Amino acid sequence: MTNMIRSLFKRPGDSIMVSLTFIATLIILAILGVILGTITIIGAPNVTIDFLIKSPEAGMTEGGIFPAILGTTLLVIIMSIMGLPIGLITAVFLHEYAGEKSRLANIVRFAVNNLAGVPAIVYGIFGLSFFIFFVGAQIDNIFYGGSLKWGKPALIWASATMALLTLPVVIVSVEEALRTVTQDEREAAYALGATHWEVVYRVVIPKALGGILTGGILAVSRGAGEVAPVLFTGAAYFLPELPKSLSDQFMEMGYHIFVMSTQSHDVDATKPIQFATTLVLLLLTFSLNFVAVLLRRRIRITRR
Amino acid sequence: MAEERLKIEVKNLNFYYGNVLALKNINLTFMDKFVTAIIGPSGCGKSTFLRTLNRMHELYPDQRVEGEALLEGQNIFLLDAMELRSRIGMVFQRPNPFSKSIFENVAFGPRIRGEKSMSVLSGIVEDSLKKAGLWDEVKDKLKESAYALSGGQQQRLCIARALAVNPEVLLFDEPTSALDPIATAKIEELIVQLKKIVTIIIVTHNMQQAARISDNTIFMMLGEIIETGPTDKIFTTPKEKLTEDYITGRFG
Amino acid sequence: MSLFDDQLKTLMGKILEMGGLVEVAIRDSVRSLVDRDSNIAEEVIKRDHIINALDVEIDEEAIKLIARMQPKGGDLRFITTAMKITTDLERMGDMCVNIANRALEINREPILKPYIDIPRMREITQGMTRDALDAFMNKDQKLATDVIMRDDEVDDLKYGIVEELLSLMMLDPSKIMRGMRIIFIAQYLERIADHAVNIAEMVIYLVAGKIIRHTKYPEE
Repeated sequence: MTNMIRSLFKRPGDSIMVSLTFIATLIILAILGVILGTITIIGAPNVTIDFLIKSPEAGMTEGGIFPAILGTTLLVIIMSIMGLPIGLITAVFLHEYAGEKSRLANIVRFAVNNLAGVPAIVYGIFGLSFFIFFVGAQIDNIFYGGSLKWGKPALIWASATMALLTLPVVIVSVEEALRTVTQDEREAAYALGATHWEVVYRVVIPKALGGILTGGILAVSRGAGEVAPVLFTGAAYFLPELPKSLSDQFMEMGYHIFVMSTQSHDVDATKPIQFATTLVLLLLTFSLNFVAVLLRRRIRITRR
Repeated sequence: MAEERLKIEVKNLNFYYGNVLALKNINLTFMDKFVTAIIGPSGCGKSTFLRTLNRMHELYPDQRVEGEALLEGQNIFLLDAMELRSRIGMVFQRPNPFSKSIFENVAFGPRIRGEKSMSVLSGIVEDSLKKAGLWDEVKDKLKESAYALSGGQQQRLCIARALAVNPEVLLFDEPTSALDPIATAKIEELIVQLKKIVTIIIVTHNMQQAARISDNTIFMMLGEIIETGPTDKIFTTPKEKLTEDYITGRFG
Repeated sequence: MSLFDDQLKTLMGKILEMGGLVEVAIRDSVRSLVDRDSNIAEEVIKRDHIINALDVEIDEEAIKLIARMQPKGGDLRFITTAMKITTDLERMGDMCVNIANRALEINREPILKPYIDIPRMREITQGMTRDALDAFMNKDQKLATDVIMRDDEVDDLKYGIVEELLSLMMLDPSKIMRGMRIIFIAQYLERIADHAVNIAEMVIYLVAGKIIRHTKYPEE
């Protein structure tokens, strides 16, 4: 390690550049360290078993965050069920079936790239106007005689919105995974008399499975950390009861932090809980990312 | 040497990459249970030609072929591509096993043909691995990943995988170019043994390899056939000046 | 490579076959003289084309092997040695034909004297030929050296024969024709022994990689 650093400084012309990048790296590490350190030091003492399994009490100044953990978990699961298959199929279409010159594929790619650049809050507004005011309201009109059941913020609409948000991530990472399957392997399967579908289903997808899963997890962890899309589409400020159906509202961790730090009547009193909640949320997303890294490493090992 | 019987006959074959004519009026015959080597400088079209024989070029929309190639009298280009590829198998330049177990690699072909019985599959896998001279090395680790094998073993696994569907013809596209000399010698020996059961066509940029293992040799240049004949003749008394220059390394 | 080894073995087999034919030719040609049996001489002359054909066949086979297998080291020395040995064997065959021709001529005339040294020469020469080929087959440097040493015996016998016949011919000029023919035969046998020495020298090259032709004595 020290040898490496010494060799980096060997050439005088390079030393300025090396120093600059070294300092920049240190700054990044320092910032990360401060953030994580603060959150851990203040939050960790408050993360107890009770905190994880109890509901908020006394205007969120006491008690736990179980409903928010549950809500986030449900959101992520339903989002995955809705988003991952669509993303997977789209990616398979783009990479395996559409030719390089396919106009449709290019339009889809253009759309995916643009979707990825849309701010999260816009998804929230879109979810509100499309899923709730249009889809939900129509369902109510047709099946429930106009009484309000689906035409309001709900777990399903928040999940759908979140699925939309993560779709580009899924598509791009799955395509990336499919790209790792070499043409050699595809040709090997064709040369044995496999059809296009058999090549995709028996060779390409199994080989890319690790990469596909990694992409899915990254998408999920991205979704778990977002607040804006669920703001108008399903997350609630405080609920005395846990959600029982897809049409119910739910509490969500990111939103819970936001609410505690801005909307609470006693912000200072909620501070320990804010930090503890943040720590739990961070741990959740980190562990998801960690799983993704492990998966990727396992794939790299089996590949060589 | 086996009795000479025509296996594949190529008539007036032209090949295009887009608008570029890559193979010009190829007329060739391949004898049953012979090893026929195709040699020639890089870019002479030898691999391109080989790939037309099991229609691998059809995977790429800008590649097009004209003319006929008859397998036992049937036009290759009119057969069902999937069926054709099980009759004419292929082994590629780099070992390309699937990221599956050794067993599943060999069982792949029979499986996509609908074979489900494990006892039948086991029999095919064992038989094919034996034919490829790999059985003794892998019989205790059939469940392990094919990537755990060495390069030479992987290539023999690919040969076993191709043999598992009982092809009549095996195409080898520079099968040893990624292997060390010892692994190469093993593959060469294997090819000579395999000609008892299949017709073999091998493309190689390694002239010595063609000289060592083939019965007949075809010399190609710039998309054309320059000379064909028994390997003994081609390497001792070639008829064409170009062939002489190529085999003596006097090109330039 | 086992495939290559097989082909080398085939080549070796052909050389030994050719050597066997030459041995028979040496034996029979001299026997036709000693036994005054011209039929045997005719046989020797008739069979020579088999030896010639084998010479061509082995050369072609060797060229093919060089072209196809790119032999190196010992394999290369083996194949080039094989090509040279066949040349010697072929010449030995021709010498036997010459002996047979002289025997035909001699057999038509009255006997000059009993043959004592000629069969002795034949025995040594034939033994040298057999041993040279055995040395080649077994890559036996010792045996090859032994063959080379034996050549002096053959030379001595030849000089003995020449001297004896010269004195006979000087006493009676009518014996000159017959005497000359026998001298020729002794000369042919001596040549055959020289070819056997050539083969032995090549065996030493094959085994040790050392060329000892045109040197006085082989080192052990």
